[in-house]
Amino acid sequence: MNLQAIRAIYLFEMARTFRTIWQSIVSPVLSTSLYFIVFGAAIGSRIETVEGVSYGAFIVPGLIMLTVLQQSVSNAAFGIYFPKFTGTIYELLSAPVTVIEIVIGYVGAAATKALMIGVVILITATFFVDLHIAHPVWMAAFLVMTCFSFAMLGFIIGIWARNFEQLQLVPLLVITPLVFLGGSFYSISMLPPFWQTVTMFNPVVYLISGFRWAFFGMADVPVAASLGAIALFAGLCLAAIWAIFRTGWRLRS
Amino acid sequence: MVPAANREINVTSIVSIEGLKKTYAGGFEALKGIDLEIEEGEVLALLGPNGAGKTTLISIVCGIAMPSAGRVTVGGHDVVRDFRAARNLIGLVPQELHVEAFETVISTVRFSRGLFGKKADDALIEQILKDLSLWDKRDSRIMALSGGMKRRVMIAKALSHEPRVLFLDEPTAGVDVELRQSMWDVMRALKERGVTIILTTHYIEEAEAMADRVGVINKGELLLVEQTETLMRRMGKKTLTVDIEPPLEALPPSLARAGVELAPGGRQIVYTYDTAAEKTGITDLLADIRAAGLHLVDLNTRQSSLEDIFVGLVTESAQ
Repeated sequence: MNLQAIRAIYLFEMARTFRTIWQSIVSPVLSTSLYFIVFGAAIGSRIETVEGVSYGAFIVPGLIMLTVLQQSVSNAAFGIYFPKFTGTIYELLSAPVTVIEIVIGYVGAAATKALMIGVVILITATFFVDLHIAHPVWMAAFLVMTCFSFAMLGFIIGIWARNFEQLQLVPLLVITPLVFLGGSFYSISMLPPFWQTVTMFNPVVYLISGFRWAFFGMADVPVAASLGAIALFAGLCLAAIWAIFRTGWRLRS
Repeated sequence: MVPAANREINVTSIVSIEGLKKTYAGGFEALKGIDLEIEEGEVLALLGPNGAGKTTLISIVCGIAMPSAGRVTVGGHDVVRDFRAARNLIGLVPQELHVEAFETVISTVRFSRGLFGKKADDALIEQILKDLSLWDKRDSRIMALSGGMKRRVMIAKALSHEPRVLFLDEPTAGVDVELRQSMWDVMRALKERGVTIILTTHYIEEAEAMADRVGVINKGELLLVEQTETLMRRMGKKTLTVDIEPPLEALPPSLARAGVELAPGGRQIVYTYDTAAEKTGITDLLADIRAAGLHLVDLNTRQSSLEDIFVGLVTESAQ
């Protein structure tokens, strides 16, 4: 294992994050605060509770997931796309590093940034609602697993993208709808039966459900299903990345 | 070409290329079976027109492109199967200016060292940056640097992990004369330290000045590899130009012989001869010119350059 290389990639990517730390953090904090004002205070005041949890608190896990998914995908996608765009990827391709080392470095840094932002949003949320986290360790575990698995998806998107439009496309057209329709702002049980079935095909449902269980001890789907879904998703992403480097797809001619 | 010499090179070769072929996805055959042994510590210049396959060759050795057939080893390590050991020995400076625009010079060089698995060594990096006259710019963002400086940053990155083999893909393209001289100084210093250097270039004078051996590539084939001096001597022709008085309309029969021509205007006799031949025939020619009653106004000789040789080879292979 080339630990020095992992460290170099990770620190290099983190340095990039810290150069733009304010814009990285201010924007999610601002948008989360707006969600709390609109959904928590304004609309939420008309909704009493959802399954015994105040609406303002109910949306916290979904809001964190919304931002964390977007951030982990777009950070990782940009992190590997940018060297491709500028041409500096030559160095990575000619370095004595394996796929695993490259992935740990890039995905680790992107996941770290998403995790940091997730924590910042959690702290911001405590200013608006009273939060009591039922299973803090599981909450942290769900957050970390989500950050890593979706950073891997972002990494794949970054390798796949041929231009900046494509880079934006997946987070915008796929991730955001999946999160909104994945129960960020409502319980699946509030949907008509037909849509309840459809929504079971949305992988984000399992993430948000598991994450919400860690907060409030209640879930739309069994916790084991949530864990299984994350594991399956992470496994698929790893397999795809392995295949990409093995064939050199869009990297090596 | 000379089996004995080849065997000698094999003993100490650090890069060994056997039957290397590369066909791109579109069907373009960039390399058509290259065999090349590169000796440890030598400077090898690869000459060839655009699209000859120079960059493809380098890309395969360095791991950026995959070979379609054949085998490449660096320091005895296969570049595909044992890529980690092979790439540890290699430094690459590509042709295009690929730099991390927003990074500082020193951080990007430190990154390169780490990427190649080496522990941080600030003293070494300071030395490299000083050697390349970049030390004063160490905290500047790369985007603020001139083109020549960016190229030196790329060289610094390639040197940061102390490679034993350095690939320089057109290191002095678009670089001014002064900077080119300083690049050459850097190359000479590296050679003294025993670093093997493979450079591709369009500038024949660069190959002539720097290289121990020259390889000529055209259309994916290695036309020849030879000691720069031997090549010059073997293929080098000299021309003797004699200015005469009075002008001639035709070459007198007493002067007519192989290699002698009368220049248009009749004021110059041009004699092309082989420097490697036992007898150049200059003395005889000059005696005959005098015997023909001609007055010698001036004379000069000119050695054909590597450029002439190169152009000759490439046109020959095109026919």
